[in-house]
Amino acid sequence: MVSLVMPRLLSFEGTGRRAASVTERNISTLRSAYWVVMVSGFLEPVLYLFSIGVGVGALIGDITLPGGEVVGYAEFVAPAMLAASAMTGALAETTFNFFGKMKFVRLYEGILATPVRPIEIALGELAWAMVRGVIYSAAFVVIMTLMGLTTWGRALAMLPATLLVGLAFGALGMAVATIIRSWQDFDLIAAGQFALFLFSGTFVPPTAYPAVVRWLIEATPLYRSVDLIRALSTGTTGWLQLLDVAYLLVLMTVGLTVAGRRMQKQLCK
Amino acid sequence: MDSQPTTPLAALIHARGLIKRFGDFTAVDGIDVDVRRGEAFGFLGPNGAGKSSTMRMIGCVSPPTGGVLEILGLDPRRDGPRIRAKLGVCPQLDNLDIELTVRENLTTYARFFGIPRKEARRRADELLEFVQLAERADSKVEPLSGGMKRRLTIARAMVNQPEVVLLDEPTTGLDPQARHLVWERLFRLKQQGVTLVLTTHYMDEAEQLCDRLVVMDGGRIVAEGSPRTLIERYSTREVVELRFNTDDQAAYADKLAGIGERLEVLPDRILLYVGDGDGAVDEVNRRSLSPAGVLVRRSSLEDVFLHLTGRTLVD
Repeated sequence: MVSLVMPRLLSFEGTGRRAASVTERNISTLRSAYWVVMVSGFLEPVLYLFSIGVGVGALIGDITLPGGEVVGYAEFVAPAMLAASAMTGALAETTFNFFGKMKFVRLYEGILATPVRPIEIALGELAWAMVRGVIYSAAFVVIMTLMGLTTWGRALAMLPATLLVGLAFGALGMAVATIIRSWQDFDLIAAGQFALFLFSGTFVPPTAYPAVVRWLIEATPLYRSVDLIRALSTGTTGWLQLLDVAYLLVLMTVGLTVAGRRMQKQLCK
Repeated sequence: MDSQPTTPLAALIHARGLIKRFGDFTAVDGIDVDVRRGEAFGFLGPNGAGKSSTMRMIGCVSPPTGGVLEILGLDPRRDGPRIRAKLGVCPQLDNLDIELTVRENLTTYARFFGIPRKEARRRADELLEFVQLAERADSKVEPLSGGMKRRLTIARAMVNQPEVVLLDEPTTGLDPQARHLVWERLFRLKQQGVTLVLTTHYMDEAEQLCDRLVVMDGGRIVAEGSPRTLIERYSTREVVELRFNTDDQAAYADKLAGIGERLEVLPDRILLYVGDGDGAVDEVNRRSLSPAGVLVRRSSLEDVFLHLTGRTLVD
């Protein structure tokens, strides 16, 4: 399925330019009021880091990583908050906003009358979601480093990883947005997102659960994201992180393919 | 695939046996159409006739179910982006970008066609002058009136300097002043050599704008020609409308027999399709039928349209 779409997509030289024009449209909509959204999105992981990482962490003490390294609780939680924030930022833009643009304001109908194709709209929207996500992530890693939870070098390595996490969840979110039918379904998405946030090895290592639950956790996309970013943050990378990267790349490709196809089906009847 | 374009040199849009189905429903049922460069071509028909489905296929946003369709000598199934680069589309329902200003609607749209920013801005200002919206350039879209939004949509359709402009019911829902302003702008586009393809169910619009048109009904083409030839072929030169002071107009139908070529009884009046209206009125008076109201008028496309598609309300 993937191989059917990707070559056609990549062989067409105008695709990048046309997807960029969709991103550019979103940048044109930026107004002064947007900083409210920006600040709230940035604050969320920071508040978690202070309340749970630092606050609750003082009661918990140190945590032993799978490789045997011992780290403070705040060091354990901070990279997970970074991964979760990359997920939340990407999903906010690609589920809620994307759904509204597609079903209610008929924005894409106008765009599809131009040379831009459905898959290019999806790529442009995904790139836009990343612009916002990367700003959050960059601010967060600066705070982490200033708090002594990681080093500047590792912080730099974490940025592209958060981008990958955002791309994977953004593509997934878009695919989901083409499937859901009403605003009520967003409650389900929010519930799923919150369950992922609580149980993906974010606050507790998955080894703390029974074996079956542990495998379940290790198969979730947020766990793979947390695993990747935590390894980079604590300097404990190994072969397993290649699995994380592969997992996220597959998720992104499948998500984009599904989203592109379903948009084509729904908008080009 | 190296199929040669089979479009006749002058035909910008060429359709043979074009079909569009949605599940079991056939929206377009095998139509043949040729639109030539520089002409204004109309699809006329009641709601549900298949006009909009045809327009969406021509706009390369709806793949044909069957038949041949070539636009600018290209195949919409394979060359959608290349064709759309040369089309301007004004859809039936405005889909302007409500998050952007009037000018940004044009500049942003231009970017979708890959037009450089500076050039996009120049064209936007020029087009806003053309549709008389220059003073509202920095306004949001929402507070604009229906007529202004429609003019902005037409300007947006012109931003890529298209060879063909598709207008789906361009003046539906506009007040008379706004309608005439839109007509006047469209007429100027036509004078500049732009090919116009429009759908409408307004007869006066078709008569005003179209060089040639087809009447569609139930997904098929039921008549084709210039407004004048259609009137000549499917109607008479003049129509006499008679109102009698009775609840039963039909009672007079027999008494009018033999006058004109055709007679139609409506709930409130009787229409006589005649070559010579005044002569027919003389004959009515000779038979001392004394109608309460008499109107002699020239036959219009509306008469053709109603004759061909019937008076039953379709919705």
